[in-house]
Amino acid sequence: MTLLLSFSEIVFYFLAAVLLYAGLRVITTRNPVQAALFLVLAFFTAAGIWMLLQAEFLAITLVLVYVGAVMVLFLFVVMMLDINLDRLREGFWDYFPLAGFVGVLMAIEMVMVLGTRHFGADWVIEPAPHAADYSNTAELGHLLYTDYVLPFELAAVILLVAIIAAIALTMRRRKNSKYTDPAQQVKVKRDDRLRIVKMQADVEQSVGIDGES
Amino acid sequence: MNILSDIYTALPEFFVLCMAMLILIVDLFLDDTQRYLTYALTQLTLLGAAVMTAVAHSNAVGYAFSGLFVDDAMAHTLKLMIYLSTSVVLVYSRTYIALRGMFRGEFFVLILFAMLGMMVMVSGQNFLTLYMGLELLSLCLYSLVALDRENARATEAAMKYFVLGALASGMLLYGMSMLYGMTGSLDLTQVSAAIMGGELNHPVLILGLVFVVAGLAFKLGAVPFQMWLPDVYHGAPTAVTLFIGSVTKLAAFAFVMRLLIQGLQILAHDWQGMLIIMAVLSIIIGNVAAIAQTNLKRMLAYSTISHVGFLLFGFFSGTMNGFVSSMFYIVAYVLMTLGGFGIILLLSREGFEAEELDDLRGLNVRSPWYAFIMLLLMFSMAGVPPTVGFYAKFAVMQAALQAGHVGLVVFAVLMAVVGAFYYLRIVKLMYFDEPLDAAPIQPPLDMALLLSANGLAVLAFGLLPERLMGVCATAILHSIQ
Repeated sequence: MTLLLSFSEIVFYFLAAVLLYAGLRVITTRNPVQAALFLVLAFFTAAGIWMLLQAEFLAITLVLVYVGAVMVLFLFVVMMLDINLDRLREGFWDYFPLAGFVGVLMAIEMVMVLGTRHFGADWVIEPAPHAADYSNTAELGHLLYTDYVLPFELAAVILLVAIIAAIALTMRRRKNSKYTDPAQQVKVKRDDRLRIVKMQADVEQSVGIDGES
Repeated sequence: MNILSDIYTALPEFFVLCMAMLILIVDLFLDDTQRYLTYALTQLTLLGAAVMTAVAHSNAVGYAFSGLFVDDAMAHTLKLMIYLSTSVVLVYSRTYIALRGMFRGEFFVLILFAMLGMMVMVSGQNFLTLYMGLELLSLCLYSLVALDRENARATEAAMKYFVLGALASGMLLYGMSMLYGMTGSLDLTQVSAAIMGGELNHPVLILGLVFVVAGLAFKLGAVPFQMWLPDVYHGAPTAVTLFIGSVTKLAAFAFVMRLLIQGLQILAHDWQGMLIIMAVLSIIIGNVAAIAQTNLKRMLAYSTISHVGFLLFGFFSGTMNGFVSSMFYIVAYVLMTLGGFGIILLLSREGFEAEELDDLRGLNVRSPWYAFIMLLLMFSMAGVPPTVGFYAKFAVMQAALQAGHVGLVVFAVLMAVVGAFYYLRIVKLMYFDEPLDAAPIQPPLDMALLLSANGLAVLAFGLLPERLMGVCATAILHSIQ
């Protein structure tokens, strides 16, 4: 084994280091907006690692969908909500000993199972490298519309259900709502709204100025 | 493979999908007085799907969509039962939801989509199909629970269900990805073959298995993944509880059969231990906690947990006999749950939820016939002969005995005796106490007939279990190699 790393290895370790740092900062930073931004960084570097694995479609989708859409939405929500951090942190140190113990225990267990002994590079057969003109996107597209057309369609149905559920749960058509019909609004005449009340101009008997008769 | 022949194999699924979308659109053009059309169309959809499944029924195993979808006797039988019980759910809940402003198109559309998810799960032959079916079902259930928007308790239940359900789905998916990483396939048959081929890293497989079993246990409601169940049963509108409590369990059974028995039977030695622990804990916690409940829906939720424990007895026996008994148990359970929640719906009226135990007081004075039906259902849940509940418990116990789990069977029988206490308490309340309210019980005719038939079926299948047992045996034997 040589000490010199190949270029792709240098890139991998760099991206992995950034990813780990970003991941850690997501949960340690005190500012929710910063946390969201670090998550963006984490997604971005993860996309880079996927690119190294020649999964360019997934890498691009991750950037487009998660960084481009989901996280922007997330940032909006974080900025709009008034999150009381002190309330969230309440009792943190009370629970810390137990939570820390459980966390360390789980980490040890995970290392025991997922460590290099069972899960290292030796266990995974390295896939043959593809030719330069090999298109990951075309292959995925082909599979998606042939072998995996059923789950693909099911995903569409799930999205439809999500739309129905979201509308059913949030759309409120109340009887007393202040909804106005634009068509009726433009057809309105002066007589419908304005009523001229004849009153005697009497100074001593002043009734209110709101004009109610 | 030709897409048309694929669609033909999955015709009931496509029919239900198209009808659900049709109902969604038709419902837009109906006003509240014509809403019964939506209801009728939904029932018609169930009937149509049942006809299609029944016509296609054979004991041969067929595959479609490149092996992602399987069409076998178990799928047919369970699908027919799903249609039937969904139909019963709709009949029971019609008055209830109409009185609570939920008699809307979305209710029926979501029920149909949930049913589609279950059908996909029942026919899933691939991790991906199984998971998509499960998500389709779960998403519909979360929103059904929250459908009564003015009800704060229902919203809370939906939140709990959603968060914990998403966690469970995540675990299941993590386990599946672990298994995929080891075996290199998502197809159940190929996963099974890859594990059989050996040379695989055992600890990682087991880690994947643990996550899969945890996810399954959550969906079934087995201890220690039962926390959501009482809250969701209690908080959800009773009509939705009826649906979650009964029909979905058929799909959960199929899910376990496909994943653990068809896919991972070779690892049976490893999952048996997990199932035994969950079964024992479920029976203890379910039965003991149910005693302390004063709310009927919560009590039935804990009763569900204990029933799941008994159901697992059939699974960990690991024999054909055990699987057949489990299927019999789940069918019996669905029958009893439909009836039990049916009675709650029957006693509810506008602005009043009959969900406390006290609401059953003196039911015999108010309506001797429905008191008798409830008596049959409670006896069956407790496992008193000659009801179907007794025979179901007997069958799973016998399977566990044959597999050599004598101690566990003795324990389960003892716990069943403990459990009999809270079922018999209901009988005592109905027959020996004075009624607290005297509102007349006037169900619509279809519900009255169906509820009576439901109660009597519990008795009939208990006296003559051979037919139902035969159906279950045929379904299992022709589907599981």
